[in-house]
Amino acid sequence: MSTILTPELTAYWDQPTSFSLATYRRNGGYRALPKALATDPDQIIGIVKDSGLRGRGGAGFPTGMKWGFIPQGDNKPHYLVVNADESEPGTCKDIPLMLANPQALIEGAIIAAYAIRAKLAFIYVRGEVLHVIRRVQHAVNEAYAEGFLGKNILGSGFDLDIVVHAGAGAYECGEETALLESLEGYRGQPRLKPPFPAIEGLYACPTVVNNVESIASVPFIVLHGAADFAALGTERSKGFGIFSLSGHVTTPGQYEAPLGVTLRQLLDLAGGVRAGHTLKFWTPGGSSTPIFTDEHLDVPLDFEGVGAAGSMLGTRALQIFDDTTCVVRATLRWMEFYQHESCGKCTPCREGTFWIVQLLEQLEAGNGSDSDLDKLLDICDNILGRAFCPFGDGAVSPVMSSIKYFRDEFIEHHKRGGCPFDPAASALFAMETAR
Amino acid sequence: MALSEEARARLAPKAAEIIARYPRARSALLPLLHLVQSEEGYVSQDGIEFCAGQLGLTEADVTGVVSFYTMYKRKPVGEFHVGVCTNTLCAVMGGDAIFADLKDHLGVAVDEPTADGKVSFEHVECNAACDYAPVVMVNWEFFDNMTPAKVRDLVDGLRAGADVTPSRGAPRLVTWKQASQILAGFPDGQAPGGHTAGAPTLAGLRVAKAQGWTPDAAASAGSDGGSR
Repeated sequence: MSTILTPELTAYWDQPTSFSLATYRRNGGYRALPKALATDPDQIIGIVKDSGLRGRGGAGFPTGMKWGFIPQGDNKPHYLVVNADESEPGTCKDIPLMLANPQALIEGAIIAAYAIRAKLAFIYVRGEVLHVIRRVQHAVNEAYAEGFLGKNILGSGFDLDIVVHAGAGAYECGEETALLESLEGYRGQPRLKPPFPAIEGLYACPTVVNNVESIASVPFIVLHGAADFAALGTERSKGFGIFSLSGHVTTPGQYEAPLGVTLRQLLDLAGGVRAGHTLKFWTPGGSSTPIFTDEHLDVPLDFEGVGAAGSMLGTRALQIFDDTTCVVRATLRWMEFYQHESCGKCTPCREGTFWIVQLLEQLEAGNGSDSDLDKLLDICDNILGRAFCPFGDGAVSPVMSSIKYFRDEFIEHHKRGGCPFDPAASALFAMETAR
Repeated sequence: MALSEEARARLAPKAAEIIARYPRARSALLPLLHLVQSEEGYVSQDGIEFCAGQLGLTEADVTGVVSFYTMYKRKPVGEFHVGVCTNTLCAVMGGDAIFADLKDHLGVAVDEPTADGKVSFEHVECNAACDYAPVVMVNWEFFDNMTPAKVRDLVDGLRAGADVTPSRGAPRLVTWKQASQILAGFPDGQAPGGHTAGAPTLAGLRVAKAQGWTPDAAASAGSDGGSR
């Protein structure tokens, strides 16, 4: 079998103390940094552009281009902000990365800050992951002790400080401008764009906000060259990425592969769907990306392939649900999440998610009607494209896509006057009998 | 609860240290709120007034921020605060059953501590550990692949003062207040200990190794890997 998986970021997560600076160096870490510091910052931006790296936080914006938008010679401070607020339902790649190999993130952050001429960087980690925060704090301290952070790094004249900032529980802070609001000490609500953060970001100064995995990919690109990175992946979706399989799959977990791999290939390596069951639906990139079904097993998981098939690559969060799962229940739970996490700034999202939950509750209980489905789609239509930030578009994805593929299952609920599925059959453990 | 003069004197230098990390003082607000939560176990009105005083903000400004973020509690929770993930993936894999069972077992409302003050519980949203579903957090440490029975044993152990170790986390489970201190940016030295990667974290790496798909082989394979 030819190579399907390409462990680079995940290559030595199995080593004891993989998180330490010493282990990182033993495995080739911090070889990219001196190379970068001996190169002109604009050239580093050029290398990252040439590599074709696109943001790994979901949107897929070209990373090098984002860096290139930072105005130079403007006499303003520049900032790098690492978005480590991983919260998109199903997404679970940055958290294990920071637990197992935070130094890749630190080395990448130093190179990125050098390229955009930032002297201060922030790593905004969601608060609900205590040991991850410890590891990132520890990694920053180790990097200072080794002279990779602070004044005159490796004698280059470049100074950089990194501050680890813990969030406090708000999904919306994963949106880059809401994250900046939060980092400035406000409620985490999004800002109007433009101006984009590259022009007016943190403290109204030029700021790059990048995802953890994007930044952690930078040392590879600088060390091995843009061509080596671009050799992996597909025409417009270059390089490797971590694919996270979860749910009704025999061996869930992190699978690092070139972009363009298919779910069929990944499921084969993961032992397939849970024994005795078949694939019903799945998300290609978290709950904000429209669901797929077993028709989509061979869709290339790159930005273009998933887009052409009607969804989005998102964060490569492959949540697998088998034939025991009620799609109405799944959709309701996702919508309860969006309702709970809506920041409240704009009306379509704040009110719309609330109404959708009410309708879905009725439908799941078997008290709905066919016209409720039309009403749901009408509400979705009034959120989609009309919300202040991408949250609204994401929130309607599960509703619109589940009705598209499983309308009959919604109708079956009110025909029967209840849910036709047994939730116990979906659980990964045998339910105990009533106590 | 009132924030005593002694506590204020003790917190002030820490507050100054937090504020000094940032180019603008207000950026210190979230860590300052974690700091006052580490003192009282929740964000009291005194805690709000303390943060406002440190930053030259009004109490209304600070309250507006506190109410936005779910990790700040406005009433005391247990010494060990349990979060059951009931977002779709975990809910379907068994999180709903775990939540219902735990509610029944503890006999308290969400965010309400047990009579001994030891344990409280709530729903949490996706905590980025879906490959370990169903997931439960205690003071923001991971307890993976849970069942209703395991969670009942877990909270019974916590109430009995047993040594409890997270599935992936520090060697020693800290209290809710101690956890808040770490979130404020004051580490407890446990970073090098504990767990790094469970089986799901390493699933792909193990397959790749078994197949001989080393990084070098991958690089020479070029676009072959993804273009088929």
